Amino acid sequence: MVTDRSERIHVFTRALTGHAAGSDATEENTTRPMQAKIQVKGMNFYYGSSRALESIDIDFPEHRITAIIGPSGCGKSTLLRTLNRMSDLVPNTRIEGHIWLDGEDLTAPSIDVVDVRRRVGMVFQRPNPFPKSIYDNVVFGPRLLGITRRGELDALVEKSLRGAALWDEVKDKLHESGLALSGGQQQRLCIARAIAVEPEVILMDEPASALDPIATFKIEELMRNLRQSYTIIIVTHNMQQAARVSDYTAFMSWQAFAGFSYDAQTAENQAASVKLPKTQAGRIIEFGPTKDIFTNPVEKETEDYITGRFG
Amino acid sequence: MTALTSPLRLRGVNYRRRKLTNAVMLTLTGVATLLAVFPLIWIIAYVAMEGGRFLSVDFFTQLPTPVGVPGGGVANAIVGSAIVVGLACAIAIPLSLVAAFYVSDHPDAPLGVAVRFGTDVLSGVPSIVMGIIAYTVIVLTQKHFSALAGGFALAIIMTPIVLRTTEEMLRLVPRNLREGALALGAPEWKTAVQVLLPAALNGVVTGIMLGIARVAGEAAPMIFTAFGNPFFSTDPNQPIATLPHTIYIYAISPYKDWHDKAWTTALVLIAFVLGLNVLARGLTAWRTRQLSGR
Repeated sequence: MVTDRSERIHVFTRALTGHAAGSDATEENTTRPMQAKIQVKGMNFYYGSSRALESIDIDFPEHRITAIIGPSGCGKSTLLRTLNRMSDLVPNTRIEGHIWLDGEDLTAPSIDVVDVRRRVGMVFQRPNPFPKSIYDNVVFGPRLLGITRRGELDALVEKSLRGAALWDEVKDKLHESGLALSGGQQQRLCIARAIAVEPEVILMDEPASALDPIATFKIEELMRNLRQSYTIIIVTHNMQQAARVSDYTAFMSWQAFAGFSYDAQTAENQAASVKLPKTQAGRIIEFGPTKDIFTNPVEKETEDYITGRFG
Repeated sequence: MTALTSPLRLRGVNYRRRKLTNAVMLTLTGVATLLAVFPLIWIIAYVAMEGGRFLSVDFFTQLPTPVGVPGGGVANAIVGSAIVVGLACAIAIPLSLVAAFYVSDHPDAPLGVAVRFGTDVLSGVPSIVMGIIAYTVIVLTQKHFSALAGGFALAIIMTPIVLRTTEEMLRLVPRNLREGALALGAPEWKTAVQVLLPAALNGVVTGIMLGIARVAGEAAPMIFTAFGNPFFSTDPNQPIATLPHTIYIYAISPYKDWHDKAWTTALVLIAFVLGLNVLARGLTAWRTRQLSGR
């Protein structure tokens, strides 16, 4: 394990110095000095007494798309939700270790979770527009920040909807219900809603898994554009999607933990947490540039998963 | 077509019996449905027939007349009922909504369990007991009957109904809607007021309407609280007439013309409650259409 880890760090260092940053990296991206936006160090996460995440060390690079892949129950969503403290919503949870957002420790007791969530936005698996008009969906966040001037809000709506590549489709019906849109449009509305508060990081929890291929394509295209302005972290079950869209990929191991599973939660079962049989916590097996992870993984487990020989 | 031969052969054996069973069951369910709706139609039709004969504009605008004097109306009771029910709403609705948010958010917390158990017990308590409570708490302290005491008694009856319906409706709001708001940095209370409540509004309105319909027809608690008043009053601190109490007074009287007025008052009360229900359903249906964009 020790050698593996040093190698992994080596892989990542290579990435940081810009050597293997992936062939699809734009010129602007390769010239900009790369630094970690979110640094996770020695993080453990518990649901009650069972450990869901174990010794998570990962640096999410700024203005890049990082994909987290791995089988159901490995703690991908749990990791994602610790990054904006949405993990607090499940009772009896505990975080150990550190998560630094630009050097500010998100796990510190003094931190204001409301503030964290304004800086780290989130897009969910199933589109969840509020039962309000398209306009009111987008200005929900800005209004929370105290923006009330009509002109300012109008400008924000146009900017955010353009940013989410939805403006042209909805500009004539801004005051119609957000629920009247198609699934793919709803998800882009949720992205517009998230970027309306100009967060620094956007977390996406399987944002396209409930969408058809065309809508998925639009979301992926949108993500590549958003990368210019935001740091994006995406959890996905779709390895092609990770390969297509991300600059970096983290592979997490399958060993499920006994306790809560967001995967089970999202599968209509909103009521109770689901007990899973395995007891080992989720770990990051390998992290590096997407190209390396998919073409030349260091770990056998990664290779098995990617090539479908998993389990 | 050959694939069908097997089921077709079976058809000869069971087909007749299945068809017969189907016809019998369909008839039974149809009859049961008719039986269930019949009392409603019958009551409305009977009250409309008995009470409709004396219905006039005066009935809504005039005060009661003494026995034997023709004409007159129940204007005081109509206004009185509106005031007492309004007072009940003013107390019960805010209280129920706030409590429902807490209970739906903390269903397993000791207080949440206690509130749910408490409201279930409360909704089973006979309404006359609420009247006695209001009598003890307000009438005996103030040393006189009042509309306020009536509103208080009705509020106790209304609270469990509105609280439980609202709580159920809030729990039906998809979890990811709440998460969506929180992920935008919304504090819990703003999430509740701006996202959860609008999403559950149809159900909440239905709950409030059920509550109003229930308490608007309560006569028993009024005997100890609002007490009735043959004169026109809008003072919440004075005794006041209400429709159900007026029906009671007229109905137990030995006079034929008061009996007729009891029927007419009953018709007004039923029309009021039904009208409110239809209005609420219309509003929620309209709102649903607006939201779904169709």
